[in-house]
Amino acid sequence: MKKPEKLIENGKRLDGRVPDEMRPLKIEAGILERADGSAYVELGANKVLAAVYGPREMHPRHRQQPDTAVLRCRYNMAPFSVDERKRPGPDRRSVEISKVTREALESVLFLELYPRSVIDVFIEVLQADAGTRTAGINAASVALADAGVPMRDMVSSIAVGKIDDTIVLDLTKDEDQWGTTDMPIAMVPRKKLVTLLQMDGHFTKEEFGQALGLAFKACEQIYGIQRQALREKYAIKQEK
Amino acid sequence: MYEIVSSVRRDYIADLAREGKRIDTRTMDQFREVSVEVGPIKSAQGSALVKVGKTQVVAGIKVEHAEPFPDKPDNGMLVVNAELLPLASPTFEPGRPSENAIELARVVDRGIRESNAIDLDKLVIKSGEDVWAVFIDIYVLDHDGNLIDASALAAIAALLNAKPPEDEAWTLPEFPIQKRPVAVTVAKINSKLMIDPCLDEEGVMDARITIATIEDGSICAVQKGGIGCFSREELEQAYEMARAEGAELRAKLG
Repeated sequence: MKKPEKLIENGKRLDGRVPDEMRPLKIEAGILERADGSAYVELGANKVLAAVYGPREMHPRHRQQPDTAVLRCRYNMAPFSVDERKRPGPDRRSVEISKVTREALESVLFLELYPRSVIDVFIEVLQADAGTRTAGINAASVALADAGVPMRDMVSSIAVGKIDDTIVLDLTKDEDQWGTTDMPIAMVPRKKLVTLLQMDGHFTKEEFGQALGLAFKACEQIYGIQRQALREKYAIKQEK
Repeated sequence: MYEIVSSVRRDYIADLAREGKRIDTRTMDQFREVSVEVGPIKSAQGSALVKVGKTQVVAGIKVEHAEPFPDKPDNGMLVVNAELLPLASPTFEPGRPSENAIELARVVDRGIRESNAIDLDKLVIKSGEDVWAVFIDIYVLDHDGNLIDASALAAIAALLNAKPPEDEAWTLPEFPIQKRPVAVTVAKINSKLMIDPCLDEEGVMDARITIATIEDGSICAVQKGGIGCFSREELEQAYEMARAEGAELRAKLG
C-alpha cells in the first residue's frame, strides 16, 4: 500500500473512526482447556491469545526465588500473523516486548504468596494489525484473573499516537506506519498508575499531555470490557 | 542488570529519598559528572567515550555497503547493537545478548531513529540495491548505573564525530546528521523522582522512565522500566526534568 495523501479526512480516519475512537474490542475469558487461565482478545484485526500456567514449580530449579514467585512472560508472533512471514522464534523486538509486558503486569500480582514457584504467561499473536503488545497485556491480565492468581487490580492497555498532526487513539498498522508517533501505555485503572509506557516518534509537551489523557480514558473503557468478560464466565446464570 | 543492595543500604537510600536526599549527596535533579571524549577509536569511522560518574561506555560507528530492506528501497540502514561486556560488571556474563542488552540497544536505536538524527534518505547509492548501513556498536566498559543515558550520549557523540567512509560510492560532503537526541533517565524511589540513578539507586528503584528529547524540547522516545508505576503528575514532572537536563547534556556535544 502506498502512503495515502491524508490519514484523516473530514475528521474521519482511514477506517472511518474519529480520532478518539477505539477499534472494536472483544474479550473472552477461559477459552483454553488445559491452561490454568486463558483469554482471547480481538482488537480490530488483532487476534491474540494469552494463557497462564501456575503458580507451579519453577524449572530450572536454580531460578527459584526463596521468598517469592517469579513471573515469566513470553510474547510471540505466529509466522503467519503478519504480511511477510515472520521467522519463528524470539527476535529482539519480542524479547523487549516480553520484558515490558512482564514489568507491566508484575506490580498487580501478590507474587510473595507463592515462594519458589513460577507463573508463566504465554502471549501468542495470531493476527497482527498494530497494538499487539497492548492487546496481549489486556488478554494476559484477564487470563491471570481467570487462573485465580491473586491480584490487586487488572492491567488495561492501549496505544495512542499522532497522525496528520492529530492525537489519535488505537492506531492501525497503516496509521502506525505512516503516522508520526506511537505510544503504547498500560495502567492499573483504579489507582490510575502507569505500568508500561513506551513511545517513538515526536510529541510536544502539550501533545504528550493530551495523549496521556486520551489513553487514561480508553483504559477505563477497556477495564469495563475486561471485567465484563470475567463476569460472563463466572456469573451464575439465571434460568429464564 | 541491577544489582542486589544490602537491606541496610536499601533502607538508607529509601529513607534519604523521602527527605529529598541521595546516597552520593547529589540533589534530586543533579546529573553525575559527565565527560564526552570524541574519536578515541581510530579504526572506527566515528567513536566516543562517555563517562557518567564511574560508568563508562564507548560507542563506535561503522559504515558499510548493504542491501536495503525490501520495503525501504530508498533508505539507508541504521543498526544499533549493545554489548554488556563481562569486564564491565561481575553480573555480566559472556554469551547471547541478555534481555537488558537488547532493551538498551533498542532504546538507543529508538531515540536516534525516531528523531531522524541521521538523514537516512541521503544514504542511498542505488535504489533497491545498494545503500549505506550505519552500525552503532555500544560497548559498556564499566557499569556503575544509568547505562541508557551514557549509551545514548555516546551514540550521538560518535555520530557527530563520524567521518565519511573512504569509498568511491560516497558522494556526500559529510556525514548527514540533522538532530541531536539526548536521553535522560529518571528513577522513582519511595515515591520520589531522581535523575540519573547510580548503581545502588538502580538496585533500589521501583521504576524508571527514560525520555529522549531533541533541540526544541519535544520528545522523540520514551521507555518505562521496572515493575513500579508512575502517576500522570509524576510523568509530567519526569518530562520537565528530562527536558532541562537534556539541554545541559546536549551542550556537551559541542
